[in-house]
Amino acid sequence: MAQDGNSGTELAAADSSDHGHGTELAVGTAVVATDAVPNPGFPPHRPRVTDLDPKKEKRAERTVYTLFYLSAAGSIWAIAAYMMFPIEPENLNSVRANNLFIGLGLALALLALGIGAVHWGKALMHDQEGIDMRHPTRGSESTRDRAVEVFAEANEESGFGRRSLIRNSLIGALIAFPLPAVVLFRGLAPEGPEANPVRLLEHTMWKKGDRLARDPSGVPIKAVDVTIGSVFHVIPEELANLGHSEGYLEEKAKAIVLLMRLKPEDLVEDEDKKDWSYDGIVAYSKVCTHVGCPVALYEQQTHHLLCPCHQSQFDVTNHCAVIFGPAARPLPQLPIAVDDEGYLVAQSDFLEPVGPSFWERH
Amino acid sequence: MFRTHTRSPRQSRNTGRRSPLATTALIAVGLLFTGGAYAAFSTTTASAETSHAASAGTVEEGKKLFQANCASCHGLALQGTDDGPSLIGVGSASVDFQVGTGRMPLQAQGPQAPVKPVQFTDEQVRALAEYVATTGPGPSIPDESLLQADGDAANGAELFRVNCAMCHNVAGAGGALTEGKYAPALTGVEPVHIYEAMVTGPQNMPVFNDANLSPEDKRDIITALKFTQENSTVGGHALGSLGPVAEGLFIWIFGLGAIVALTVWITARSN
Repeated sequence: MAQDGNSGTELAAADSSDHGHGTELAVGTAVVATDAVPNPGFPPHRPRVTDLDPKKEKRAERTVYTLFYLSAAGSIWAIAAYMMFPIEPENLNSVRANNLFIGLGLALALLALGIGAVHWGKALMHDQEGIDMRHPTRGSESTRDRAVEVFAEANEESGFGRRSLIRNSLIGALIAFPLPAVVLFRGLAPEGPEANPVRLLEHTMWKKGDRLARDPSGVPIKAVDVTIGSVFHVIPEELANLGHSEGYLEEKAKAIVLLMRLKPEDLVEDEDKKDWSYDGIVAYSKVCTHVGCPVALYEQQTHHLLCPCHQSQFDVTNHCAVIFGPAARPLPQLPIAVDDEGYLVAQSDFLEPVGPSFWERH
Repeated sequence: MFRTHTRSPRQSRNTGRRSPLATTALIAVGLLFTGGAYAAFSTTTASAETSHAASAGTVEEGKKLFQANCASCHGLALQGTDDGPSLIGVGSASVDFQVGTGRMPLQAQGPQAPVKPVQFTDEQVRALAEYVATTGPGPSIPDESLLQADGDAANGAELFRVNCAMCHNVAGAGGALTEGKYAPALTGVEPVHIYEAMVTGPQNMPVFNDANLSPEDKRDIITALKFTQENSTVGGHALGSLGPVAEGLFIWIFGLGAIVALTVWITARSN
């Protein structure tokens, strides 16, 4: 009790001392703690050298107008540079000179303008501290009452509240208005059963009997060409005949394959995937299962495949299992065989979707 | 000796504190002396090797060099040991690349053999290559006509982007691989060594045999590399061609640094 009494008097003392700062407490409200840090006010005004010394002021003025003249010179120089250093066809260095000298002129023009303006403001313009008080934003009571009245009158005059059929049909029309946008944007997605996006992601253009061909020439690869330690960047032979308007890049992005030959005894193969390779030659999708970068950094001694984007590593000897990094699945393997003429061919498409995960991937 | 040693601190105490530059000077003198002695020593060994190699150039000479310098790791019959692979059938191109760029003899077992000053003369390298080539068929040193960098640079650049750029960087500036290995920069590499690297697949680099990239394709790749190295970059300074990291770091430090400095200047009070 005594302590309570003590603290009460202390607070009262604080309140009374606070009174000096002009804070008033309404009767019955909670006790407001006083601000621990009193407003220190402005630091004492310190005149600048340009205020005291007319010579310094003259110099600052000279600096400012010199900068503005420099800015004008920079602009004119940029125009001159455009004429003096034209871009000549077949000459890459002319592009460099053109960019460099126009850029220098423009940079000088803008920087001198900006620095001059700031220097003017800092060194020469009026330097007395002042306070702009904020205006109260709340309207007067009569304005507020009038605003409410206006709404009520509008409701009365338009009959918005009374004519419910008109009101409800208006709300319905506003709801219907954005619907065409939904349909129009849906139309941008692939359409028709052939172009089901899930199907597009699940399958590549590889099919049974497709020859493995070099990227980008499309020359098919014989098994004997692939010596131990070799790596071939592979596309389906048919892809090379595809034009860019016929989806060359779309198909290539899914169908790219990396072909490697290891010593057969180095490969550790699952029983059911034993016939997917040919005499130590293995083919894997080049699309990373993380976010789809081309995985092609093959180390021929460690047999590791490294993805350059996020450092996922795959072990080629062990069905490209992930041994490091953020990828979640092994790279899909393309089952290969050799045809009558000794060329490497695909046994089928990839047996799982290539590339990164997507919503409907199972 | 002992006397001077005990006397010197007393002397310095007499003259007051030792100058702070004295320590620096002492270290500089010591470093210069050590470095000079080392340089002199390594020059003498190098010149000794040169005189020794004056009459080299035969298989027999190569065999002697091999036994003296390589056999401890690769075996006396090139059969390989735990410390080094077999060299039977690697061909003269492989030897010319490994020894001719200084990668061999290996300075230490590690993830990758770095380039270092070449330890043998051209004649000695050739002798070693000839000797190793006699032990089995393998890729040979390419013909001069393929190394003139006078092929189709456009075709070479496309092949480089498909086959090489993922490791060596699209501008040939090199890049990192796994566990301390790296694809070295291709700037300033001799055309003959670029060709030999493609055909032999040194260390962890895959092999690009003539069925994959024909000799003309390899010539075109060398042409493209030399073209990019000999032509200045259009977009200004390339910052080592290391890609977005180097460029991003530059703009973060110097671009944002300049903005911060300007902001500080604008808001600071004028004096």
